[in-house]
Amino acid sequence: MTRWLPALAATLFALAIWQAVVSLTDLPRFILPGPLLVAETWWQSRWLIAEHTAVTALEVLIGLACGAVLGVATALQLASSRIARVLVQPMLVFTQALPVFALAPILTLWLGYGLWSKVAMAVLIIYFPITAAFFDGLMRTPVGYLDLARTMQASPRAVLWHIRVPAALPQLASGLRLAAVYAPIGAVIGEWVGASKGLGYLMLLANGRAKTDLMFAAMLTLGVLSVLLHLAMRRATRRMAGER
Amino acid sequence: MTPAPAITVAGSASIDGVSLFAPLVLTLEAAQWTCLLGGSGVGKSTVLRLIAGLETGADFSGTITASDSSPVAARVAYMAQDDLLFPWASVAQNVALGARLRGEQVDLARLDDLLRRVRLTDHAAKRPAELSGGQRQRVALARTLMEDKPVVLLDEPFSALDARTRADMQELAAELLAGRTVLLVTHDPAEAARLGHSIQVMTAGGLTAVAPPTEEMPRAVDDAATLECQAVLLRMLREGGQ
Repeated sequence: MTRWLPALAATLFALAIWQAVVSLTDLPRFILPGPLLVAETWWQSRWLIAEHTAVTALEVLIGLACGAVLGVATALQLASSRIARVLVQPMLVFTQALPVFALAPILTLWLGYGLWSKVAMAVLIIYFPITAAFFDGLMRTPVGYLDLARTMQASPRAVLWHIRVPAALPQLASGLRLAAVYAPIGAVIGEWVGASKGLGYLMLLANGRAKTDLMFAAMLTLGVLSVLLHLAMRRATRRMAGER
Repeated sequence: MTPAPAITVAGSASIDGVSLFAPLVLTLEAAQWTCLLGGSGVGKSTVLRLIAGLETGADFSGTITASDSSPVAARVAYMAQDDLLFPWASVAQNVALGARLRGEQVDLARLDDLLRRVRLTDHAAKRPAELSGGQRQRVALARTLMEDKPVVLLDEPFSALDARTRADMQELAAELLAGRTVLLVTHDPAEAARLGHSIQVMTAGGLTAVAPPTEEMPRAVDDAATLECQAVLLRMLREGGQ
């Protein structure tokens, strides 16, 4: 608990400065609303925000699950086949050089305004970090383990499942933790481009109507959602990461 | 276990055209301990890895043969300086690794017996991280024995242990590996003098056989002949290193 106290104090301090700036300068509320106003708006619009949060959270969770499955499968395939490495790896790196955000409109065109274009966006963003982290772990198995397995006449398949995969789980855990932070960004980008629900849509809508306080309320909710997701993922992958 | 064969390594090795060791002939007598003693970088681990069929990074030209003419690499068990225990698996799972890797049924009676013989029965369910260095190396010894191979290759397995634990481990290994053809690669003259039925000193000049003390191994650490042998070996190492 004491770990959180400094962070809490720093946050309160930042909020106080924010409020002080707004009160002293008398900025119009559509330029910069103060934290008190944002809090008030958040409370008044809580059901609206909750509804949109639920949509975004669902997109993120489905995206995380699909991205994790795809990433793990790709890493396993790459690790167990030299041909796959030669053929796919350069392509995988190249896709990372493309601005994934630019794909959002075309995803909306292909998959529609609903849930799946946002899920696809989240998957696109987290797929590479998960694949890269797990693959890296699979390729860095301590040589001594592999020597030992060889003297025990283990098949490559057995080595993969009994040694390389368990030895790579801490790296997979890092990849998943990173993905938990990235996935909401993907979903929100998808919502910006074309949606009728979700926090990204709500932010855009509020901004367009000069309801800056609502925009801030939605944005902070998104931040809290991301942090909670990250903490939940941290907890869920504790054993995997080899932590106590 | 099938009867322990004698193993003969004959040949030379080079790395990128530079000679690692000149042509040599090393014979591991059947069911005996052969200690291969040498400083760092003379290629003694390479010899062991060649017998084990492991990657060495060197080009070996020569032969590795068993006295019964059967292939060698499939009949060896291997133990290294690093205990190579899997941190995610329990002690018992680590000991039973070979069977799991080959998809075979684990011989539980044998597992229990080996854990008892290395005095780790009470620790069977623990993770390696909960054990001391000596206990971890006893798990590695049990895993080596669990393989029940006639040839056992030991690559400096005791060198990371403290003096007392090392002496204990040497005696335990001597007791438990009796009847197998053992190659012990070591840089410790005292270890070679205690454990070798035959002792070969490996230097840049090649192999030199040294007569071990007449007493049966494992010899007492304070045995006069053993200490004298240790001194002879150390002198050879220092002269060979010039």
